[in-house]
Amino acid sequence: MSQLASTSSTKPQSLKTRLARWRRTPIFYPLIGFIVVFIAMSLINDNFLTGSNMANLVRQSSIIAIIAVGMSLAILTGGIDLSVGPVMALSGTVMAGLMVAGVPPSLAIILGLLVGAGFGAFNGVFVAFVGMPPIIVTLATMGIARGLGLIYTGGYPISGLPDSFAFFGRGSLVGIEVPILIMIAVYALGYVLLSHTATGRYLYAIGGNEEATRLSGIRVSRYKLLVYTLSGTTAAIAGLILTSRLMSGQPNAGVGFELDAIAAVVLGGTAITGGRGMILGTLVGAMLLGVLNNGLNLMGVSPYLQTVIKGLIILLAIYISRKRSP
Amino acid sequence: MTPLLSLRHISKSFPGVKALQNVSLDIHAGEVHALLGENGAGKSTLMKILCGIYRQDEGEIIIDGKSCDFHGYQDALDAGIGIIFQEFSLIPYLDAVDNIFLGREKRNRLGLRDRRGMVAEAQRLFERLKVTIPLDRPIVELSVADQQFIEIAKALSLDARILVLDEPTATLTPSEADHLFTIMRELRQQEVGMVFISHHMEEIFTICDRVTVMRDGEKVDDCDTASTTPDDLIEKMVGRRVENLFPKRRCDADYDDVVLNIEALRLAPDGPEYSLKLHRGEILGFAGLVGSGRTELAMGLIGATRPVHAKVSMEGKSIKLRHPATALKQGIGLLPESRKTQGLILPFSCRDNISLNNLTQFQGALPLIKRRQESRTAANLMDSVRVKAPSPETPVGNLSGGNQQKVVIARWLGHQCKVLIFDEPTRGIDVGAKSEIYALMKELTAQGVSIIMISSELPEILGLCDRVEVFYQGEIAAELEGENISSQSIMHHATGGLSA
Repeated sequence: MSQLASTSSTKPQSLKTRLARWRRTPIFYPLIGFIVVFIAMSLINDNFLTGSNMANLVRQSSIIAIIAVGMSLAILTGGIDLSVGPVMALSGTVMAGLMVAGVPPSLAIILGLLVGAGFGAFNGVFVAFVGMPPIIVTLATMGIARGLGLIYTGGYPISGLPDSFAFFGRGSLVGIEVPILIMIAVYALGYVLLSHTATGRYLYAIGGNEEATRLSGIRVSRYKLLVYTLSGTTAAIAGLILTSRLMSGQPNAGVGFELDAIAAVVLGGTAITGGRGMILGTLVGAMLLGVLNNGLNLMGVSPYLQTVIKGLIILLAIYISRKRSP
Repeated sequence: MTPLLSLRHISKSFPGVKALQNVSLDIHAGEVHALLGENGAGKSTLMKILCGIYRQDEGEIIIDGKSCDFHGYQDALDAGIGIIFQEFSLIPYLDAVDNIFLGREKRNRLGLRDRRGMVAEAQRLFERLKVTIPLDRPIVELSVADQQFIEIAKALSLDARILVLDEPTATLTPSEADHLFTIMRELRQQEVGMVFISHHMEEIFTICDRVTVMRDGEKVDDCDTASTTPDDLIEKMVGRRVENLFPKRRCDADYDDVVLNIEALRLAPDGPEYSLKLHRGEILGFAGLVGSGRTELAMGLIGATRPVHAKVSMEGKSIKLRHPATALKQGIGLLPESRKTQGLILPFSCRDNISLNNLTQFQGALPLIKRRQESRTAANLMDSVRVKAPSPETPVGNLSGGNQQKVVIARWLGHQCKVLIFDEPTRGIDVGAKSEIYALMKELTAQGVSIIMISSELPEILGLCDRVEVFYQGEIAAELEGENISSQSIMHHATGGLSA
C-alpha cells in the first residue's frame, strides 16, 4: 500500500488525472466562478481591466478579505464570528484615540490590535469553555463591541491623527499599496497555519468531527479559543487599515462587514458546517465580491439592485457547492 | 383459537447476510409474548417486517386469519399494529395531547383545532391505561416513563390491537417498570396482544405468558414461561457453535505486572465506585447489556467525562484523569463505540485521520508538519493493520466499516500506548474484518499492550478475553476468570443474577 502511494505522488501524471484532482479541491469552483465573472466584467466595461482600476479593486477588497481570514477559521471549526465589524471599529477608534492623546503610533497600533485580540478571546472563552453556541455569543458581543466603540468616542469620529500613520492605508512599498501587502501577509500566514501546522489540521478536524477530535486526545477548547482570538485580531488589522485610510477613527464603521466576510468565505468554497475549505478559496471569494462591487459600480447599476444581484450570486454559488459536495 | 397475529415462515436476506430464516410466531389476543435473543439474533429485523419497514423475502403475515401485504409503516398502522421503538418518536416541545394527535388533529366546525375534543379523547385513553399524565406540559419535562405511556396511548388511539414494545424497560427505573407492567396487564385484560423485547430475565418471567427464543436468524424454541427456567432460556439463546473466528487461545497476560490500577473511581457523586486492575498484555472484557455503564466507565478512564473521585495509577505512578489529552500522554487510548460519530473525521483522508493525534511527531525545529514523513508513517501504519485502501489519500468515508475501524486503530499505534480501550470494536463489520481485528488485538497484547474490550457480543468476549468484568445497571456485578467465563455465567450476572 505504501509503495502504491509513494509512486503515485512522484510519477508525472496525465493532465486528465491532474484536472480530476483539481476538481475535487474546494477552490476549483470558486476559481471558475471568479474567472467567469472577471471575464464578463472586462467584456462589458472598457474601464474595468485597467491597472489603476485593478489596484483599486484589490485595495477596496482588502479589508473584507483580511476579516474573512479570521472568519474562515471560525467557520472551518464549525463556528462563526458575527462580531468582526464592531470589533474592527472598536480597535480602529482605540488606535485613533490613543494617538490623539499623544501615544506614539507604534504603541497605539499594538494596543489597538490587542483590543481586537482580547475581544476575540472574550468570544472564545464563552464558545470554548462555557460551551455556548458561537452565533449567540458573537451576536451578543457584536452589540457590546459596537456600544463600547460609541461610548469611547462619544459617537463622533476621532480625527487629527499624525501624518506618519497614513502609511498603512495610503502608503506603498516596492510599488505595491500597503493594504494589499498586509492582506498578502495575512493570507500567507493563514495558509501556513492551516496547511502546514498541526494546529491547522486540528481546526479542520474540529469542524469535521469535534467529538472524535476530542476523544483522540486533542484539546479542542484551547484551539477554539485560539480561533476566536485570531478572528478578533484580523478584524483589528482591518481596523488599522481602515482608520489609516480614512485618517480618522470611525465608531460606526464596518456595519454589515460580518455578512460580506461570511459571503467571501462561503463563496470561497468553505463548507458553512465546517471541516472543509481552503484559505486561498476565501481570498478568491473576497476578490469575487470585489469584482462584483467594482464592475457593477462601473456599469452604473443602482446600489439597490447591486445587493440583489450579489445575493443571487451567493445563492447560486452555494447551490453549486452543495451539489458537488459528497 | 385463531391467533390475532401470525407470522408464517418469514425469511429475509440482506446483501451477504441471511437475517431471518423460516421464522414463525403466533400472538394471541390478551397475550404478552416475549421475544428473546442476543444482539444480531434477528429480533429487530422481524419486528421491522411486522411493522412494514422491511419486506420479507418469503413468508406471510396473517392478522385475524387474513393475509396482509405491508408496503410501508402506514399499512401496518392501519392493520392495527402499534410499535414503541426504543427511540421515541415524540416531539419534545409539544404536550401529550398534541403529540398523540399529531398529523390527525380533530377539527371543529370552523376547521380549527378542536383542542377540547382532543383533550377529552386523550383523557379517555389515559383512563384506559389507568395513568395520570399532565396534558398541557411539553413532554420534554416529563419522565421517560410518562413519555413511554404517551407513546402507548398514541398507539391505542390508532386502534392498535397488537403492540410491540422494543426494550421498553431499558431506560426505566424499577418502579417505573412496575408501572409499565401494570399497564400491560390492563391491556391484556382488554385483549391486546403484545410482543415484549427485553434482555432482563426477571421481567420476562414477571409479565410474559409465552416466550420465543431466536438465535442467528432462526427460531430456536417457543414455550410457555410457566414451563421453562431462566437458565434454560439462556442456554437456548447462546448455545451456538463458536466459529473459528478467533486467534488461537494464548494468554499474553503477565499477572505480576499491573499496568493500570484503578483503586477507586466514581463518575457521579451518588454513583457506584469502580475498582479494577489491568495487567500487562491482558485482554480484559467489559461484558453486559447495552446501557449497563461500560462505555461510561471507559469515558471516565480517558477523562472524557471527568470523574468526581479518582485514585488511579499507571505503572505504579498516580495519574489524573482530566482530559483525553492527558490520557494520551499517559498512554491510554480509546477506540470509541461509534466509528462515524466519535472515531473518524469523515471528510479527512486515511492519512489525516491516522496522523490526527500524532502530528507533533512530524515537526522539526519550526512547528511545521513534514508532509513526506507524515505520509510515510501513515502508510506504514496502514500496512501494519492491513487497511485495504487505494492510497493514504483516500477519503476515509469511502472505506468499508472494517477498514474504517482499522484506520481508527492505526491512529493509536503511532503512540506508545500502554492501554487501549476497544469499545464495541466489531460492531457492524463483516466476519472477515472481525477476525482480522481480533488477530490485531492479539498482536498488540503480544507486544505488551493491555486491552480493555467492551463488547455486547458474547462469542467475542469468550473468544478473546483473559478476564471479564460483568456490568449490570451501572455496577460491576461480577469479575470472571479462566474457567468461570462462560456464556451462561456472563448472561446470569448481566441480567441481574436472578437465574441461579
